[in-house]
Amino acid sequence: MSKELISGAEALMRSLIHEEVDTMFGYPGGAIMPVYDALHDHQDKIKHVLVRHEQGATHAAQGYARVSGKTGVVLVTSGPAATNAITGIADAMIDSTPMVVIIGQVGAALLGTDAFQETDVVSITQPITKWSYQVRQAEDIPWAIARAFYIAREGRPGPVVIDFAKNAQIAKFEYTYKKCNFIRSFVPVPEIDPWAIDAAAALINSAKKPFALIGQGVILANAENELNTFLEKADIPAGWTLLGSSAMPTEHRLNKGMLGMHGNIGPNIKTNECDVLIAIGMRFDDRVTSDLNTYARQARVIHFDIDPAEINKNVKAEVAVLGSAKQTLALVAEKLKPAKHTEWIESFTEYEKTELEKVIEPELNPASHEISMGEVIRKISEATDNKAVLVTDVGQNQMMASRYFKFTQTRSMITSGGLGTMGFGLPAAIGAKIGAPERTVCLFSGDGGMQMTIQELGTILQEGTGVKMIILNNNFLGMVRQWQELFFNDRYSETHMMNPDFIMIAKAYGIKGRAVSQREELDDAIAEMLSDDKPYLLEVKVETKGMVYPMIPTGSSISNIMLGDK
Amino acid sequence: MKLFTIIVFSENQPGLLSQVSNIFTRRQINIESLTVSASSIEGIHKYTITIITDKDLVEKVVKQIEKRVDVVKAFFYTDDEIIYQEIALYKVATDIILNHVEVENLVRKFNARFLEINSTYAVLELTGHTEDTQLFFEELKQYGVMQFVRSGRIAITKSSKELLSKFLENRMNKEE
Repeated sequence: MSKELISGAEALMRSLIHEEVDTMFGYPGGAIMPVYDALHDHQDKIKHVLVRHEQGATHAAQGYARVSGKTGVVLVTSGPAATNAITGIADAMIDSTPMVVIIGQVGAALLGTDAFQETDVVSITQPITKWSYQVRQAEDIPWAIARAFYIAREGRPGPVVIDFAKNAQIAKFEYTYKKCNFIRSFVPVPEIDPWAIDAAAALINSAKKPFALIGQGVILANAENELNTFLEKADIPAGWTLLGSSAMPTEHRLNKGMLGMHGNIGPNIKTNECDVLIAIGMRFDDRVTSDLNTYARQARVIHFDIDPAEINKNVKAEVAVLGSAKQTLALVAEKLKPAKHTEWIESFTEYEKTELEKVIEPELNPASHEISMGEVIRKISEATDNKAVLVTDVGQNQMMASRYFKFTQTRSMITSGGLGTMGFGLPAAIGAKIGAPERTVCLFSGDGGMQMTIQELGTILQEGTGVKMIILNNNFLGMVRQWQELFFNDRYSETHMMNPDFIMIAKAYGIKGRAVSQREELDDAIAEMLSDDKPYLLEVKVETKGMVYPMIPTGSSISNIMLGDK
Repeated sequence: MKLFTIIVFSENQPGLLSQVSNIFTRRQINIESLTVSASSIEGIHKYTITIITDKDLVEKVVKQIEKRVDVVKAFFYTDDEIIYQEIALYKVATDIILNHVEVENLVRKFNARFLEINSTYAVLELTGHTEDTQLFFEELKQYGVMQFVRSGRIAITKSSKELLSKFLENRMNKEE
């Protein structure tokens, strides 16, 4: 604990290093300059990635956090930079990603005067953060940073905003650092109730047709092994939510597929047939449940979650098992009787057959000469041995990728689930590759989403980040066009896009790439893309009127699944 | 749908009130009344909020309030679970009081008291439930009320255990 006099900016650097931060994503500006000056002396300890838009910094920090489990760190200036970061902060909040966002602010004397680049960031971000706080004196920085990291990562993770006034960055004080490991008003992990453990085990033991719903909570708790033991012991088939993807390997015999609007048929139908529904680290989002009045009404529900506010929020649970999945799954598993539900598990097969015949086969081996999205995705997944990290943007590309990519290890799926932010993909993929440099990172994006944050190609140029980017180009805002076809009589209002030459743009950024429009070229292009660890842009011209099936229309029951007519 | 009283204890940090009220706004719940002051425990602030809603929703809202990092604890009660009171002030012209003995009778009947009296107006004070203060107002109105103001509700629970103190004690033990 040093007692020299240092500036608030220097104190911030030392506090971050104390918190074991080694990577930051950011963009300088007037109100944060003293911090950037202090950063200059610590380049050996903290790697700063210069993005091209503050939104890119937040999504990159998210990608980094999701793939590594560490807390993402963002550093931006005041005013428009802060407002540019709002999307990423809201995204991190709704998808529970640990992130500390340090935002510059005008000097305390100017606060409330409409000064240059002043915005009331603390108020604006309050509803979309776990905590937002303004530091007006240098002395408060160590306490605020320690608290910020504790809050961001403990319990259900989320974003924290620290608004750092310029005068506090400059003023000097005697610095000491103390890590935060207790806040009396904040109970991040609820105490485990032994009654709930017993009740859950008893209920599962009595089940004839148990079905588990696996969400991101399993991954956040690092409970993949505990989940495996739990499911195997009692022979429970499981479905996963979008953010729960890769918590279980795709080929696991108990893994019955994705839940929700564009999920697999079996998991959706069987949710309405099971007798005990076991929700683990998932929040019954409306994309998963569709119409709640017709959702799992026949089932007795057990809800494993770390956040008490999620219990009974959407679906009433008979048994709520509060706590971290890593502990609760293990405790319940101990009390489970080994069981076999062979017939019940077999009953999923007829739906798998139907889906294979009516939806999957036509998607993977299309009759037409037009390339389908699914076939590209499956080929690339296989070419990486199903070991790659999948990053997606939002829309048809996202739904197709989550259906046709395969996972063999955890933390392999990075996507904007709750907020559905177009433009998330590219910066998130950059953050992911930086967070897991040893893994292959594949980004699937549509032509629309790619252009929302295309400036981040500049980050790749500067950092040399070896992201493999695939644009599924149909010259349409695909998902919206699909809805216009299904529900708006093919009235394609503002969804057709005239697109630039993406490969030329990539080239301008020093990134190798290739455009493919014939099926025969695919394998070769994919091999070329994956042949080294350099950034690569593969543009595939896919079918213009592609449809993602199956589909459960909004407000419909999850048993009401559209299969299309391919 | 019924009236619920929500009692929130928070650390004494600025910005908490807006965080708590935002949770109601997000769910389109109107706050009927709001009282904020320091609680009996040092450093802890107390909010007493009344809303009209159903039990399902109030349970969810209270859990969401407790999620806020600086909120220590939040509870909800129905009217029969608490002892509650509010205070109301009524400004009435002095010559109305002098000329209408009925007004004096009303004051006796409701057990209101004269807080202030001067040559122009008198200020009456009444404590009680909303129904009482409202009824007094309705009756006084016939004779003329210059100004009428009521406070938010304050409430004390009927339980003999102080849930908040227990909680804080628990937390202090955890810290060590």
